[in-house]
Amino acid sequence: MRAFISSLALILSALPGLAFEIEEHVQFPAANQTDELRVISTADADLFTPFITAFQALNPGVAVDYYVVSSSEIMVALQDEGERFDLAISSAMDLQIKLANDGLALPYRSGATGSLPEWARWRDRVFAFTQEPATMVLSRADFADIDLPRTRQELITALRDHPDRFRGRIGTYDVRESGLGYLFATQDGRTSETYWRLAQVMGGLQTQLYRGSSDMIEDVASGRIAVAYNVLGSYAQVREDLHDRIHIIAPEDFTTVMMRTVLIPANAETPEAAGRFIDHLIETAWTEGGGRFAFPGITPARLSENASLRPIQLGPGLLVYLDRLKRRQFIEEWEAAMVQPG
Amino acid sequence: MWPFRAPGSIRLRLTLQLLTGAAVMALVLFLIVYSFARQIGAESQDRILSASATSILDATTVQSGNISVDIPYSAFTMLDNSVDDRVFYRITQDGDGLTGYDDLPSARQDQGTGPAFDTVTYRGEELRIATLTRRVSVGGTPTRIDVTVGQTRDAQADVLARILRMTVLLGFGFFAASALLAILAGRSTAASLSRLAESVSRRGPQDLRPVVAEVPSEMRPLVTSLNSLIARLSAALTRTEDFIAEAAHRVRTPLATVRAHGENTLRRVSKEENRVSLREMIRAIDESSRAAGQLLDHAMVSLRADQLELSPVALRPLVADLVDRLRPVAELKDMDLRFEVSEEQEVMGDTILIQNAVRNLLDNAIKYAPPETPIDVSLTREGAGATLTIRDQGIGFPATGADALTGRFARGENATGVIGSGLGLTIADEVARAHGGTLTIANIEGGPGACVRLSLPLR
Repeated sequence: MRAFISSLALILSALPGLAFEIEEHVQFPAANQTDELRVISTADADLFTPFITAFQALNPGVAVDYYVVSSSEIMVALQDEGERFDLAISSAMDLQIKLANDGLALPYRSGATGSLPEWARWRDRVFAFTQEPATMVLSRADFADIDLPRTRQELITALRDHPDRFRGRIGTYDVRESGLGYLFATQDGRTSETYWRLAQVMGGLQTQLYRGSSDMIEDVASGRIAVAYNVLGSYAQVREDLHDRIHIIAPEDFTTVMMRTVLIPANAETPEAAGRFIDHLIETAWTEGGGRFAFPGITPARLSENASLRPIQLGPGLLVYLDRLKRRQFIEEWEAAMVQPG
Repeated sequence: MWPFRAPGSIRLRLTLQLLTGAAVMALVLFLIVYSFARQIGAESQDRILSASATSILDATTVQSGNISVDIPYSAFTMLDNSVDDRVFYRITQDGDGLTGYDDLPSARQDQGTGPAFDTVTYRGEELRIATLTRRVSVGGTPTRIDVTVGQTRDAQADVLARILRMTVLLGFGFFAASALLAILAGRSTAASLSRLAESVSRRGPQDLRPVVAEVPSEMRPLVTSLNSLIARLSAALTRTEDFIAEAAHRVRTPLATVRAHGENTLRRVSKEENRVSLREMIRAIDESSRAAGQLLDHAMVSLRADQLELSPVALRPLVADLVDRLRPVAELKDMDLRFEVSEEQEVMGDTILIQNAVRNLLDNAIKYAPPETPIDVSLTREGAGATLTIRDQGIGFPATGADALTGRFARGENATGVIGSGLGLTIADEVARAHGGTLTIANIEGGPGACVRLSLPLR
């Protein structure tokens, strides 16, 4: 299948006429094209390619135009610009819910969506197909002589005990830039006060702010930073080449679990093919298991295995932190804690 | 068809009335339950919307001269439901949007500070909204905060649809149960009527006892009337029979006396013209006596034929006895009355009626046949019937309209000069019919004389 793929990456460049910022654009042409799926997604193209090639094997004739953007740019593209996309795949569950709630998503029902548990779909518009934990990624070198922290409290202790080692070498999402980072931070803050204490400590040590998980993982591996907090576990898990240099730790006090979701935007032109793609995503995630694809599928067993896993619930509650005033207050508080003059 | 318009059947009418009642009740039940459920559904949504708005309003504070709204997470999660209704909200300060969906309308508040509710169309969907207002003071200036929370009504519609299905089932179940009861009620009512009808129609013709069937109290007047009718009918019948017997006695006896006197006088009178008169008189008396007898016979036949009481009748002794009794009369005209019979024939019938019929037929034969001719009487079996055949060598029946002679008082046009009332054949015919038999009259082919055949079904 890879023979059909011609990849062209336009990193951090905008196509003419598109007002939103595109990080990567990959085309998966079809031999006898009948449909074209324009996909806007937050998932890195190389992580998502296996899904698309498997889909094209089953649906020859469907070309896929894959745009990688940040989660907030999906909102810009769909809500503000009214761009035409057939699928929106995002890790920012709150923004996906908002799109559906505001009427910018089309309903879709099929046998596959019907098989999803109640908590993995919302309004027959938003469908979850992965569950990915927010983890701490630690550098093996820097934690060689320190007990590995298993909880946030232990991380706070480790940071406080070795301020010189970690000063300027902690990374986390810039919640002002990253929708997923904001989602993780707000859920952390909602779940436990420990988050704010950790933020204070991190802020005091001049934490580096990032826009994506991949950069944090690579920086931990390269030794540029020693601790990355709230990194997507799924991204870290697939970087097997780095596993000898990093620890991936799901905090045992609680691990926030994000569900990657897909929806069909209201102005989709090929919603029928988009529906087939959703079916494919759900079926793959449910039946293939974690081995073959980068994204672990949703199984109820995975949730009950570990009581500290706290999946973020799909629902109107996610709209709360998108409130203008609420967001402003949260960011003010976050900045006060995290961005301290060094 | 309007069911209360009396149709032909009580059962049908009763069943239709009960069914209509059941349908109306089921409909009323359905409407009450459905509107109640609808109201409860709307109220519960209003309560949740109101609670959500309240929790937002409670999180609205004034911080260093500014309005601060810290929407609690639960304010929206409490609105989460199984069908994932869409949620919208808006917070305004003195009508200016602070946060939320700026184009969301708010519910008009008429009075007080209680929550106001409204149903609006927003973004193409029907939305239930609740608006709460609170006045706060910002730096000494009173300001008004409005919180509006809205939610689509899919969950409510979903619940309503389920309740609707259940209520429809309930209504149909109720109707079906009522319909079953209605049919049973109709059947049992009709059954008591048909029991009565059966007990009346099952009785024998002579059974004029009062009806004693068990009937519902409503039908007792009917039974009472019926019994009183039976009693009157029974009395009338008894009176008629008594009258017939009495009349036979009263008419025949004096006529016999008069005739005896006439005969005596005739013997004593020698003057030829007086004798002629007396003979005329005796002849008239005979005619009257005979007519009276036949009239009474006919009345008796009519009466008994209406309430035929069947018993086995052996025809041979019956006919033989009558032949013996009439032989003296026949010998007066020098006629030979012969009776041939090969075997016994037994029929089901009324002895008195059959006697009457046979006597009248024999009487006719003797009367209308010329003197010194034989009359042959035979009893044979023909198929499923016993046939009595009487042949004479008389004038026979008129060529035209032999059948018309069985009519009442009809006499053959060739029968003038012979005493007769014209009732003889009528009586025989009525007896034959009452027994399911036939009377056929014909002239003997190729010779003088008539042939009368009375056929009665064998036992």
